[in-house]
Amino acid sequence: MEKYYTFKIKRFLPDETPSVRWDEFRIRLNRMERIIDGLIKIKETRDGTLTFRKSCAHGVCGSCAMKINGKNRLACQTLVKDMPEVIEIEPLPALPVIKDLAVDMTLFFEKNDRVLPYLVNDEPPPERERLQSPDDQHKILESITCIMCGSCTTSCPVFWADKEYLGPSALLKAYRFTFDTRDRATQQRLEKITGEHGVWRCHSIFNCVDVCPKEIDITKHILKLKRLAVKKGFTGDSQ
Amino acid sequence: MEINKHYFDTVIIGSGLAGLRASIECVKHGTVAVLSKLYPTRSHSTAAQGGIGAALGNEEPDNPEWHTYDTVKGSDFLGDQDAIEIMCYDAIPTIIELEHMGVPFSRTPEGKIAQRRFGGHTRDFGAAPVRRACYSADRTGHAVLFALYEQGQLNGVRFFQEFQVLDIVIENNAVQGIITMNIKNGSIHVFESKALIIASGGFGKIFKVTSNAYASTGECLSMLFKQGYPLEDMEFFQFHPTGLYGLGILITEGARGEGGILINGNGERFMERYAPTIKDLAPRDMVSRAILTEIRDGRGIDGKDYVYLDLRHIDKKILEERLPEITTFCKIYLGIDPSKAPIPVVPTAHYAMGGIPTDVDGRVLKDVDGSVIEGLYAAGECACVSVHGANRLGCNSLLDTVVFGRRAGKSAISIIKSAKKNRVKKERIQNIIDCISMIKNSNGRENVASIKQDLQKNMMDKCSVFRKEEDLKELLDEINDIKERYKEISITDRSNTFNTELLDAVELGHMITLSEVIVSCALQRTESRGAHCREDYPKRDDENWLKHTFVFQTEKGILFKYKPVNITRFQPQERKY
Repeated sequence: MEKYYTFKIKRFLPDETPSVRWDEFRIRLNRMERIIDGLIKIKETRDGTLTFRKSCAHGVCGSCAMKINGKNRLACQTLVKDMPEVIEIEPLPALPVIKDLAVDMTLFFEKNDRVLPYLVNDEPPPERERLQSPDDQHKILESITCIMCGSCTTSCPVFWADKEYLGPSALLKAYRFTFDTRDRATQQRLEKITGEHGVWRCHSIFNCVDVCPKEIDITKHILKLKRLAVKKGFTGDSQ
Repeated sequence: MEINKHYFDTVIIGSGLAGLRASIECVKHGTVAVLSKLYPTRSHSTAAQGGIGAALGNEEPDNPEWHTYDTVKGSDFLGDQDAIEIMCYDAIPTIIELEHMGVPFSRTPEGKIAQRRFGGHTRDFGAAPVRRACYSADRTGHAVLFALYEQGQLNGVRFFQEFQVLDIVIENNAVQGIITMNIKNGSIHVFESKALIIASGGFGKIFKVTSNAYASTGECLSMLFKQGYPLEDMEFFQFHPTGLYGLGILITEGARGEGGILINGNGERFMERYAPTIKDLAPRDMVSRAILTEIRDGRGIDGKDYVYLDLRHIDKKILEERLPEITTFCKIYLGIDPSKAPIPVVPTAHYAMGGIPTDVDGRVLKDVDGSVIEGLYAAGECACVSVHGANRLGCNSLLDTVVFGRRAGKSAISIIKSAKKNRVKKERIQNIIDCISMIKNSNGRENVASIKQDLQKNMMDKCSVFRKEEDLKELLDEINDIKERYKEISITDRSNTFNTELLDAVELGHMITLSEVIVSCALQRTESRGAHCREDYPKRDDENWLKHTFVFQTEKGILFKYKPVNITRFQPQERKY
């Protein structure tokens, strides 16, 4: 079933004055089509300058996170049938905009680099795989589904106020390795994440959980990190 | 215009599994830059779902010898058996190494890497399906990609994200470097290197319905071809049997590995007729043909153009644990719960068996005689070793990326250590800058999107699962028209900042080239083998066609040469399952 939808898009074209404006496009879409289909249709038939990122188009690569009707979502995982007739689209908040809906993700990715985002284990590896029970693997199962789309961190009010804050995505990454039974760097990683801009800053606002397109309960993971940090003698003194 | 110059001992195009695995080898011996037109973790390897093959024997007895045989037979005997043997035997240490790097594989009750059944993988040379695909739920590609990216970071690989390659420079039979654009601001960056590894992935976007990402457009293959270097076996393109109807989104073969079955409009499990021994777990080329044959004969669901993949009888716990991602896809995109309703599926363009010809060490071949281009390597889907021959088996592509990514990286080391100096000449850079400004300033009347849609539709209609001379010839004429139209394109975005309209135009040019190559190759191969099914030549013809196609661009047009298949252990036989 086809229907008309109005896409209200916040534009940012650095070469034009004024560089910021809102454009409206009325387009016909099948109700099962995605926001990304609408954006592509606009770019191909109405305004070739409209700029946004896309790649896998089915919610696994994380390219097309943007703010859709006030909430961070993946444009490829949001169907127009679940939207009102007027759909307001903006870039992810709190990051510098490059052009239209494409934001500069550098700051977001750099946060990950600060949490030892890799498995650390200097013990000589066995001839075969390191054993890990299914129960132990399940402890990290939710955290490994993160696609690093940036929806969570850019929805977090703590991050809005403190750009140095590690944020939910990087903390989830810290969890993923800290709770991997094969990893040996618990102490070092906890040191990295318990500073002034680290794990204690999370005030359990749950915005990250609300927006995560992979439905990861990020706050729960951060709480577990906090609990472990306390157990290992790290405190929130710096606050 | 200011040119930014960089030097790295090794430059790698593409940050999927093959490129990342290669980078980890090379960075031990020199500086490494990995370029991606996306952010590295967005590479399409991340979409690989079902598994990575290795005869670990964790769930039941298995043997790399059986894996080798299955792969040879799966390839319809076009795969090079020396290379296949290397892959299947290397598989075991390669997967163990991935586990040590941190890949979060699903586990057996004893804590070993879990394994499941996959199409065409059998025990005892075809006796019955075997559990060979190592998996991390149905997000295996994602799990491996992140682990390799993390290892790359740890070891000091430099990542250049959102850089588009515009030219690959080869002079005096040696690689000199690449010319690229920083997408963010349109600036030109030249990377000179001793070794260049192309790991740019596939090009499924030339077809209308595909499981591939928007980024899978194949420009690097086209860049080599246009300079007179060969591409191998381009007629062989795999259509995955189970794409979500209307969308082409992949539903992993692992769904059938866990017990899912295909049913037609009569409610019949039709694969029993086509492959009596392994049924729904037959190789992809056979299952795709079977589905389309059922549809053609009026046995689609309600006589329509799809069949059902039925998972309703599978334990809900298994769906939740082992197939969570595809369950979510069905819910989001079709509004159905696969534990309660069957999934409408139809074949979707999925994987290129052909590509840049390489030897078993990733060195790019410049001719059928085995001669190579100095310093140039390729691995992963963009390359053709050939381990997949005429049809790739499921879970062998991830394996190919890591085994041959690693080998390409290792073999580049000798050149990294040499004193060789390379240079990209000014004229070559100017040439590219001129091309870009020509596209930007053109006042033509043709629209990039409409040309692309016509190309994708025509390729899908006439060069997909079933092919015949009449259609292919018509298609070549249509592609010629499209080429003419492409000369008249214009774009509206003239800015330097994140100009995706410009990049779409550049990619389209290369997609047209590759389409012409594929159709030309499909037309000359007058037999049916693996994924290449000619309705006018329905039999495999070993006498005339047990050989690889090498296709070249020359001044006189497209030229074909042939290379014998390397047959060591398994003589061609009729392919039955």
